[in-house]
Amino acid sequence: MAAFLLAWEVAAEREWIDSFIFSQPSRILHTYLSMGQNDLWYHIRVTVGETLAGFLLGAAAGVLLAILLWWSPFVAKVSEPYLVVLNSLPKIALGPVIIILAGAGTRAIVFMALAISLVVTVLEMLSGFRDTDAGALRMAHTFGATKGQIFRKVVLPYNIPTLFDSLKVNIGLSLVGVIAGEFLVSRAGLGYLIVYGGQVFRMDLVMASVIILAVVAALLYESVALTQKLVNRRFGHGA
Amino acid sequence: MAVLSVEGIRKAYQTPQGETVALQDISFSMEKGDFYSLVGPSGCGKSTLLSIIAGTLTPTAGRVQVAGQTVSGPCPHIGYMLQQDNLLEWRTVRQNVLFGLEIRRRLTPETRAHADRLLETYGLSEFADRHPSQLSGGMRQRVALIRTLAVEPDILLLDEAFSALDYQTRLAVTEDVYRIIRQEQVTALMVTHDIPESICMGDKVLILSGRPAVIREELPIRFDLAERTPLRCRACPEFGSYFNHIWKELGMYEAHDSASSLQGESALPATEPTP
Repeated sequence: MAAFLLAWEVAAEREWIDSFIFSQPSRILHTYLSMGQNDLWYHIRVTVGETLAGFLLGAAAGVLLAILLWWSPFVAKVSEPYLVVLNSLPKIALGPVIIILAGAGTRAIVFMALAISLVVTVLEMLSGFRDTDAGALRMAHTFGATKGQIFRKVVLPYNIPTLFDSLKVNIGLSLVGVIAGEFLVSRAGLGYLIVYGGQVFRMDLVMASVIILAVVAALLYESVALTQKLVNRRFGHGA
Repeated sequence: MAVLSVEGIRKAYQTPQGETVALQDISFSMEKGDFYSLVGPSGCGKSTLLSIIAGTLTPTAGRVQVAGQTVSGPCPHIGYMLQQDNLLEWRTVRQNVLFGLEIRRRLTPETRAHADRLLETYGLSEFADRHPSQLSGGMRQRVALIRTLAVEPDILLLDEAFSALDYQTRLAVTEDVYRIIRQEQVTALMVTHDIPESICMGDKVLILSGRPAVIREELPIRFDLAERTPLRCRACPEFGSYFNHIWKELGMYEAHDSASSLQGESALPATEPTP
């Protein structure tokens, strides 16, 4: 890492590479400093806020829809072909539609993040619900459990690991949705900084934003992973 | 009064080929504290009969009465023990034991205390706050039994409850379960395909015929033992004659003969001394 940064710096200094296109670590650092704490924090906050909103809404709506589909085999049968098609459709293609529906602003961006993670969550959770251990279900039946009890006491806890697996994927997907949304419409956020930097050919700004974005992505992922660890300890999964 | 009475149970399925009769006129009754084994050729409908008794399956004709009440729908007086222990890994041992009570909405300080007493009596209280993955196969089965007993069933149905265990664990668990069932004075009906198991645990062995199944014989099992345990029964001289009797009743002699002659043939080239 240090060697890479050093090589980059030296290569840019000696003009082996064009520092106008590739930028330069010292200039990126300078950009951070000159952008001032407040300004940078503001953009990070906007992006993280939008990502979390899209992520949480997507996860909640996805799980609720999966429950509905698990509950009613009829609804599941009718909607499954559509879900499969929607799943393979690149959601970014819906960008213009979303902007028109939700208005060019934060709502469209959050909507984008939600759209990108929703269908995956539904499909993954539904298949998890359906793969619940048949023996455990039979055991619950022998005690005369109702469908609601079976869901709450067997199916849902059984699928806590599935939920976290899908959350781990979703946090990344939501970030993709937010950045794509910010590319299309926004006046703030890291995606906005990247587009703005690109338009005015300030590559140090682009690079600085990308690096921050990488750090943000890693931190978001790690916080989901940490939550999973805590929940696992609480429920004794894999103990 | 009989705790369980099964009267003229018949179960038929409609298939494209016509009607298939699984059970034909099954009747028997059990008194409190009885332990019956139910054996029969595979596929004869033993588990179907248990499901009907438990109320999860409706018979085509006949009725089941538990403690004087006709069973219709899942019966709260019945405890059911399956082949797998099906312990829920995210619950502790104690929470697993309370599962049935939660489902039946009978979780009170009294029932909790009863469950704790069972855990203590059967040597599981030190594991009560552990998770099932930390227990041995035999202990898991014991937890499953206590989970069933915690709802205080009048009748315990065991559906091949030990066949998923390896032989040695199985002997130990059988010993364990037998002791617990006797001590708690539970009325128990056990389906098994293991003839020795049916003899060493049952007061009576009900022998079913092949499809359509009827009860061929109710064979009372008596051993000349001061204190009966499954392992001691296996060592008794009566054991062999009971075994042969049931074997014959199940009509397995022919199958056995052809199996042994086949074995003999295939074994011939290997055992024949080379000249």
